[in-house]
Amino acid sequence: MLFVLFLTFVLVAFWLLLSWHFTPFVLGCGVASVALTLYLALRMKLVDEESQPLHLSVHIVGYWAWLAKEVVVSTWDVTRHVWSPNKRVHPRVITVEATPQTAFGLMLYANSMTLTPGTVCLDVTHEKIKAHALTEDAAASLESGEMGARIRRLGL
Amino acid sequence: MESILSIISALCIGLGIFLGITGAVGIVRLPNFFTRLHAASVTDSGCAFLILSGLMLQSGFSIPTLKLFFILVFLLITSPTASHALAKTALDCGADPTPPPYEER
Amino acid sequence: MISITSIYAGACLALLAIMGVTITRAIRGPSAFDRVMAVNMFGTKTVLLLSLLGFLSGRPDFLDISLVYALVNFLSTIAILRFFEGRTPTTTDNDTADTSVTTEE
Repeated sequence: MLFVLFLTFVLVAFWLLLSWHFTPFVLGCGVASVALTLYLALRMKLVDEESQPLHLSVHIVGYWAWLAKEVVVSTWDVTRHVWSPNKRVHPRVITVEATPQTAFGLMLYANSMTLTPGTVCLDVTHEKIKAHALTEDAAASLESGEMGARIRRLGL
Repeated sequence: MESILSIISALCIGLGIFLGITGAVGIVRLPNFFTRLHAASVTDSGCAFLILSGLMLQSGFSIPTLKLFFILVFLLITSPTASHALAKTALDCGADPTPPPYEER
Repeated sequence: MISITSIYAGACLALLAIMGVTITRAIRGPSAFDRVMAVNMFGTKTVLLLSLLGFLSGRPDFLDISLVYALVNFLSTIAILRFFEGRTPTTTDNDTADTSVTTEE
């Protein structure tokens, strides 16, 4: 029920942000489309804690800051490789342990991995995550397992 | 104050454009699909973030800033998802992620 | 002092150039996934271009279009990938090379 309320709130806020008109007709359209979206989401059983991350603690902000730093470092790494005149890249496929325990943690891990340039997540299971790394540095930073450990420390 | 914000936002936009060019060069120069995916990922995260942040600095606290923020959040959520879907589907369809080392060309 | 409008204009031109380079990858392929990736990146750049154009012409309404475009772009990428999902690579069958998933150049 909490999830439904939260989703309703998000949808209403989104409609108001996009339309910014308060005539009865437009508001009526908004109510109708929010109701339809809610019905479809419930019918598809999409409303759960995976799509509505209400349980996240404030420590996620620290994780985002760390992730931003990682993105900057690896963007620089990939940029150097793209512009380097001798184009020797050594891509490889590596497998890392899936340290996060929850489905949301796994999703966060795989998405953070893919968002970081230089590494792309290929396949996720509950035990292993297969990833493709463009450079040695990207592979090394992924294999150190720091990202997974940080998500684990968030309690995910 | 105004001009300092303008300079910062111009720098953001310029750096974003540089990352965009990097990505474009990357997807032309890099040798196979999986490596090109990394170049596309540079533009998706870095370029979009910097350009949209530069525009946000220009518009101050207003509805356009909020909309830009939503666009940024959407891009930051959807672009890794699209990259992962691309990589996974390519792998399932039998593309080889680690061909032998490349020669310069 | 360069005006911010000229920075927008320059950024728009640079983005158009980036999109031009991206579309060459979409045309050259060689695999279907390269094309999908290039089209996805093209869409991301379109979102950024629309935002910049909105600021360049002083019409923040463009941000709504670019927001919707971001969503449509993501959905279309996922839809195309769902179409490829489960297909086996047809490297021997050269008759259907145009539409089938070929692996590497």
